[in-house]
Amino acid sequence: MQRAYSLAALLAVWAVTAAMVHSRLLPGPLAVANTILVDIRSGDLPFQMACTLARVIASFSIAMLLGIAAGYAMGRLKAIDRYGDAWLIVLINMPALVTIIFVYVWIGLNETAAILAVAINKLPNVIVVMREGARALDPELDEMAKAFRFTWPSRIRHVVVPQLAPYLAACSRSGLSIVWKIVLVVELIGRPNGVGFVLNTAYQLFDMAKILGYSISFIVLMLLVESLLVQPLERRAIRWRRRPA
Amino acid sequence: MNDAQSVGDAAPLELRIDAKAHRSADGTRVPVIADLRLRLEAGDFGVLIGPSGCGKTTILRIAAGLDRDFQGELRAPGSGRLGMVFQEPRLLPWRTVEQNIRLAMPIGEATADLRDLIATLGLGAHMARYPGELSLGLARRAAIARAFALRPDFLLLDEPFVSLDEAVADRLRGELVELTTRTPVTTLMVTHDLTEAVQLADRLFFLSDRPTRIILEKSLPPPRGSRSRALVAAIVDEMRAAVARAATDTRAGQVS
Repeated sequence: MQRAYSLAALLAVWAVTAAMVHSRLLPGPLAVANTILVDIRSGDLPFQMACTLARVIASFSIAMLLGIAAGYAMGRLKAIDRYGDAWLIVLINMPALVTIIFVYVWIGLNETAAILAVAINKLPNVIVVMREGARALDPELDEMAKAFRFTWPSRIRHVVVPQLAPYLAACSRSGLSIVWKIVLVVELIGRPNGVGFVLNTAYQLFDMAKILGYSISFIVLMLLVESLLVQPLERRAIRWRRRPA
Repeated sequence: MNDAQSVGDAAPLELRIDAKAHRSADGTRVPVIADLRLRLEAGDFGVLIGPSGCGKTTILRIAAGLDRDFQGELRAPGSGRLGMVFQEPRLLPWRTVEQNIRLAMPIGEATADLRDLIATLGLGAHMARYPGELSLGLARRAAIARAFALRPDFLLLDEPFVSLDEAVADRLRGELVELTTRTPVTTLMVTHDLTEAVQLADRLFFLSDRPTRIILEKSLPPPRGSRSRALVAAIVDEMRAAVARAATDTRAGQVS
């Protein structure tokens, strides 16, 4: 309930300010809603959002897969950690924009480069979180699994993954938000479609209603992903925890 | 095919540890076990008794094949069906009791009928619960059920009844006796409770302080598990005296 009130307050502040300023540069909520509706009807907004969402999903999946594998290996094997750590520090401190420019220059202004650039930006963060998770694995359960001759698939599914679940949840949370922001930058620099491309055009035309409309639409979409996908999965993963009495 | 038959064919447990050392935090090697020889006939119940911190758990881990970093030789009995009960229950907290038990069973047997075992251990009402919802006594039972569900021919128990109240521990001991008599299994248990050891064992192994070796071995008259209170008390007294003598002898032997 409090959340709804505070959102309503935010809308109200926005509406009042917009009415007082009365400028094309700060459109009110109604004007923005109108832009959204028009673009939904024309099919432009769903198309651009779908382009961006596809890139988000692709680069997020690549970053998570590689990051989990690398982070797990680094967390479990000291030798790999010693070698990988320096690379990780370089990668994690590389500005997103620099990675994007290099990937575009080397690979070309195409879809592969766009997705790869975003994945590389997200990757070190996944590695760092998953390495922590792998380091925290319980050696006693590991020994138990060994004593009872658990097969590899069953060891991963029943012993390792449940222990890593909180870390997976943490990095998919932060991951989704970081990834979609970087996807916009990538689209702005070198793609002929997607929300980032639309924002660039709107910026050149000073079309503030469009900029606000598209970003709000995408925030709503990400909220839906969070509450319909991430949260239910997380609840399922922790249902064994004893409920607070 | 026949369980009784296979026990006849089964080899004894033979464990020889010439040396075993732990690496301490500053990198030096601390010897924990030296010159230890242990032989347990197939189907027998052996108990290792010794002061705490004498490396009993290390011996069990070596016997289980979990620790191969030692000088010596291990010949485990049976066909590699190992059941193990750790000092803490070590159940997977995110799986139910039933899943915990079945996950430890070999593939292809994971759907076997466990009703008998569950009834013996009184776990019937708790199979769908998560380990976090169980008392320590119940969690220990679940761990024992897990070790027996795979029908082991080699069973290792690491102080399975420690920190339980005496009534619960006693019932569990009775259940353990029943399970180890019903199915033929070579069992090695670790404890520091001499009375418990005399109640359960066919053969006692008394361990010295670090570096651990066996200072005294003793076979007890059958049948195990149903010895009277008086008999247990008499054997305990006799053993105390024998161990004290053996300990002084070993010390004297080390000095000379």
